[in-house]
Amino acid sequence: MELSSEYSSGRLTVYLKGELDHHSSRNALMDMDELLDEYMPRDCAINLSRLSFMDSSGIALIIRISRRMSALGGRTWIENPSKQPYRVIDAAGIERLVPVLAGR
Amino acid sequence: MNIVNYIKLEFPSQSTNEAFARTAAAAFAAQLDPTLEELGDIKTAVSEAVTNCIVHAYPDSIGKISMKMRIIDENILEITIKDWGKGIPDVEKAMTPLFTTGGEDRSGMGFTIMGSFTDKLKVRSKPGKGTAVIMQRGLRQRRSYR
Repeated sequence: MELSSEYSSGRLTVYLKGELDHHSSRNALMDMDELLDEYMPRDCAINLSRLSFMDSSGIALIIRISRRMSALGGRTWIENPSKQPYRVIDAAGIERLVPVLAGR
Repeated sequence: MNIVNYIKLEFPSQSTNEAFARTAAAAFAAQLDPTLEELGDIKTAVSEAVTNCIVHAYPDSIGKISMKMRIIDENILEITIKDWGKGIPDVEKAMTPLFTTGGEDRSGMGFTIMGSFTDKLKVRSKPGKGTAVIMQRGLRQRRSYR
């Protein structure tokens, strides 16, 4: 799992690449906390276009980002999930909480 | 019930084995010529079951996990993931969406995802003895099994 990010005018975009499971989510959680502490963004976009696999550990990560963003008064969304992560997002029913945007 | 092929694997509850277990499951399933979506579903369900063993069955120690897979009646894949850990006191409650005894890094969606990505999901558990998760998934037959 690799996590990279981009910040511009209040928006933090994080790109997750590779496979996100319980093993790799520990580092991802820490990296995310650091990024949110550092930038305090208004919006957070979670880009999953290069994430080839994710299980419910990814759901926990997304929910945690969304909670922290809500506490900051900010918005969170998921961008361009590839097929398998999207099926997991759909099965977990978190789209009501964190919208999924395609074509970005 | 005709058992066409099977494997048995055993590994310690180290989190690096989550990726190993789902990859091994996909490799075994490959002989059924599954679609990419079916392979993704199998990998996800296995990842959830193995993660449960690592996080919940053996929270403070490394224990044994076994994974058995078999092909029944040509196109049904059965996966049994078993541990000898803590066990689940209330299986029904554990299977409720969003319920978790894990920390902030757990979503409580593991069993929900296992259930939606398989056709049958059975959980047998005894506190202090361990847990077995049995999942069956029928695969669309794209060609006859040889």
